[in-house]
Amino acid sequence: MSAWLVRHAQTLVGALGRLSQQKLATLLTTLVIGIALALPACLHLLIANIQSASGNWDRAIDMSVYLKIPTALEEAQRIAERLRARRDVASVSVISADDALKEFRRDSGFGPAIDALTGNPLPHSLVVHPKGDYATAAHLEELAADIRALPSVELVQLDTAWVNRLQAILETVRRAVFLTAAFLALGVMAIVGNTIRLDIQNRRQEIEVTKLVGGSDAFVRRPFLYSGFWYGIGGALIAWLITAIVVGTLRDPVGRLAGLYGSGFEISGLGLEPTLILFASGIVLGWLGSFVAASRHLRQIEPS
Amino acid sequence: MIRFDHVFKRYPNGREALSDLSLELGSGEIAFLTGHSGAGKSSLLKLIALIERPTRGQLIVNGQNVAGVSRSKIPAYRRQIGVVFQDHKLLADRTIFDNVALPLIIAGVGSREIGRRVRAALDQVGLLGREQSLPLELSTGEQQRVGIARAVVSKPPVLIADEPTGNLDPDLSIEVMNIFRRFNEVGVTVLIASHDLYLLERFPVRRIRLEGGRIQEGEPEPAQKLLDPAKLMDADRGMTP
Repeated sequence: MSAWLVRHAQTLVGALGRLSQQKLATLLTTLVIGIALALPACLHLLIANIQSASGNWDRAIDMSVYLKIPTALEEAQRIAERLRARRDVASVSVISADDALKEFRRDSGFGPAIDALTGNPLPHSLVVHPKGDYATAAHLEELAADIRALPSVELVQLDTAWVNRLQAILETVRRAVFLTAAFLALGVMAIVGNTIRLDIQNRRQEIEVTKLVGGSDAFVRRPFLYSGFWYGIGGALIAWLITAIVVGTLRDPVGRLAGLYGSGFEISGLGLEPTLILFASGIVLGWLGSFVAASRHLRQIEPS
Repeated sequence: MIRFDHVFKRYPNGREALSDLSLELGSGEIAFLTGHSGAGKSSLLKLIALIERPTRGQLIVNGQNVAGVSRSKIPAYRRQIGVVFQDHKLLADRTIFDNVALPLIIAGVGSREIGRRVRAALDQVGLLGREQSLPLELSTGEQQRVGIARAVVSKPPVLIADEPTGNLDPDLSIEVMNIFRRFNEVGVTVLIASHDLYLLERFPVRRIRLEGGRIQEGEPEPAQKLLDPAKLMDADRGMTP
């Protein structure tokens, strides 16, 4: 077992040594893989940053609940309490009529006109924030209908058109990212596979001799799989560097732009988990690409 | 150890390399396989190494019917046969040590054991101390000896050689033959394809003569299976100036 491990470790290092003997070719291959991996990684960064920049996209599905005018604030609190107990509701905040009036006076610019009023014409209201899992138009309509059925509720305002639009946008972007990633993954496998194919042709004699002295297909294939592994790691490293360069270059201008809009938003790079996923994808794709190429082409090389 | 039973070998291009060949080589026997080029010597060796398969007939090597050896079992089968090639087939970018160690690495032998056995094999062919050289830094004769060391390092019961002395001058040929003889003395079955007349004269061992893919009968074969060492000594002495 330990001899077996030592042998694998030697093959692993040996494959790296062989790659480093052809520096330029290895660098070019790794660079192409890196760029292919960097594209989905950058798309991921884009989405993640837009999500954090626009605050929480979920806020868009909040619904406003206006209560009937002669309703006590205590009753509003009770309703809020009941809604909070629902499994499709994340949180409920109560806006008293007084608070609403203050806010309206401040934001609307109708201060003096409002002062002329004798009483407060505004009702108490609730802002219901549904859970993300239930943020589909159908669910929201159901929730809104339930709230509407409550006796003290006057009006429930819900923009399902916007919800539908947001869902459609998110779905489109998600699918685009998925497709891009899938095609680029195929591309990475093709690049690695083709490189390994050329490598196999260059080492034809060595493969023949190894098979002649009793090397199995798995034994002959092993160094090529490790080459694929190294290509994958190298590509992921370059992809990571590319995202770091992109983020580094955009940080200042984005910060200035956000400042102009009065936001403290700051662009963020790849977190730990996406970085690990990037490296894992690189390794898996490199290994898989070389596995396919090696299995296919090594069979054809037999001693004669 | 090796038994051909009415074996035919026809290549896809229609050429019949071996026809109705029957032959038996006992365990621990040493024999020359002779004949003109194209007589079927290489084909016969390729069948033993399972590089080619018989078109018809039965071939049994070391108790195994080669027809029953599936593609995935070929590597394990080949590990019991040492093969020496005319062109050595050494890997130019690896040291002598790594070249000889290859069969042991494939067999999964531990590092320390590999070091010990590679040095023992190199010692047997008189190349101890050249482990770290590259094949091209060695003379042709030395390269051939490295090829032999690689063929025997995993102690296979069968050793086959295709024109092992083809590129060597007479002195070196005798030297290489003596190496084969020493392996034979410890029980290895050895079959050497050669048309080196000089060598055939010097070593009076069994001869299997092929012609047109058939065994050519009627040629006298030495009665004794193993060589008389005294005679070989004479042969050696005769060659050294």
